Amino acid sequence: MIGLLSRDLNLAIRAGGGFGLGLAFFLIFTALVPFGVGPETGILRIIAPGILWLGALLACLLSLDRIFQLDWEDGSLDLLATSPLPLEGVAAIKALAHWITTGLPLVALSPILGLLLNLPGPAYPWLVASLAIGTPALSAIGTFGAALTVGIKRGGLLLSLLVLPLYVPTLIFGAMAVSRGAAGLDATTPLAMLGGITLATVATLPFAAAAALRVNLR
Amino acid sequence: MASLWEYANPRKFMNTSAAVLPWVSAAAALCLVVGLIWGFFFTPDDFRQGSTVKIIYLHVPAALMAINAWLMMLVASLIWVIRRHHVSALAAKAAAPVGMVFTLIALYTGAVWGQPMWGTPWEWDPRLTSFLILFLFYLGYMALWEAVDNPDSAADLTSVLCLVGSVFAIISRYALLFWNQGLHQGASLSLDAEQNVADVFWYPLLVCIAGFVFLFLALVLYRTRTEIRARRLKALIAQERMT
Repeated sequence: MIGLLSRDLNLAIRAGGGFGLGLAFFLIFTALVPFGVGPETGILRIIAPGILWLGALLACLLSLDRIFQLDWEDGSLDLLATSPLPLEGVAAIKALAHWITTGLPLVALSPILGLLLNLPGPAYPWLVASLAIGTPALSAIGTFGAALTVGIKRGGLLLSLLVLPLYVPTLIFGAMAVSRGAAGLDATTPLAMLGGITLATVATLPFAAAAALRVNLR
Repeated sequence: MASLWEYANPRKFMNTSAAVLPWVSAAAALCLVVGLIWGFFFTPDDFRQGSTVKIIYLHVPAALMAINAWLMMLVASLIWVIRRHHVSALAAKAAAPVGMVFTLIALYTGAVWGQPMWGTPWEWDPRLTSFLILFLFYLGYMALWEAVDNPDSAADLTSVLCLVGSVFAIISRYALLFWNQGLHQGASLSLDAEQNVADVFWYPLLVCIAGFVFLFLALVLYRTRTEIRARRLKALIAQERMT
């Protein structure tokens, strides 16, 4: 399991595009928002929590089809399936690797982008906390979506159609935690809900992803 | 007593559904014609909403069946996953477009009613939004069916998607309640209430609901039969190529 994890991490770092691409997308997305809605800091301040969460979500989405696609193409997914490690474990490790290469950097970068969007001061801890708690759910759900579409040629668009509706609860609670924080309110309730979603998805979706992988490898 | 499972045999299913289909279609047509005409022309206007209230005869049954269609797909998917009856998978596939159209009808009639009554055709209200999300789920489900070439794999993958999607649909529903206070009225129909709506509106509404149920059944039976025939045709073509 550790071996698979370090292999995935190495691939992501050395092949390029793992760490960099998602982060760059997050940055560009956030930078484009003021062009769309205008530079008034008052408006930006209000919409900043939602925009930051949307950006993180889309940046996650962008790298989803890489989770299984390359392994599927060069046949290493078949080897993984026949290895002693159960396929559920493979799916969980893949989700973890995706989170480390995409979710964690987003969490680290988010306060800087919050600064760009003039996010109010009290919201920063909530922003970091909600992203840190919520992005594992995005990775787990995304791994399931990637497992569903791995056998499909040019499945990227289909993948986003399948995965985005599943992201709704995570987005709602995540953005709500930040916007409550921005208003100076206590945001532990949405944060706890977010934690519940993350725990549930991390615990159950690897099984669904493994089931989908088995079908695709048949 | 014949077991329910013998309808898993396509031949048996085709025979029985051929016998049942005309009756179900006739019942759907009868109920819809009676219910809609009764509802539209022979019920009084509402005290405050005027004649716009009459859209309830399309809106409520469509919304009800949009959710029940997904439930039916869920049950059919479960049967496919557990017992691997092909008819069940095909029935789930057949129900998806029907459910999607019912969702669209509910959204559209709601917008038509909301324009004069709420002053806006769309409002980010939990009920409306969850229907929009349900619509997206239908789209994704159908797209996945189209995208996978092997029919058995497609059935498996869509079943898994349907199971996971159902859980997420329910979570989304309650997350949305948390997210925004609703403008939509609460449930106006429930089984345990003494009187749901005034009787004048209630009876034609019941007839319309029955009509939509029969319509759904008829469409799903018809589409499942088409799917089975398409499957048989494919088998025949494959056989032809072999010889």
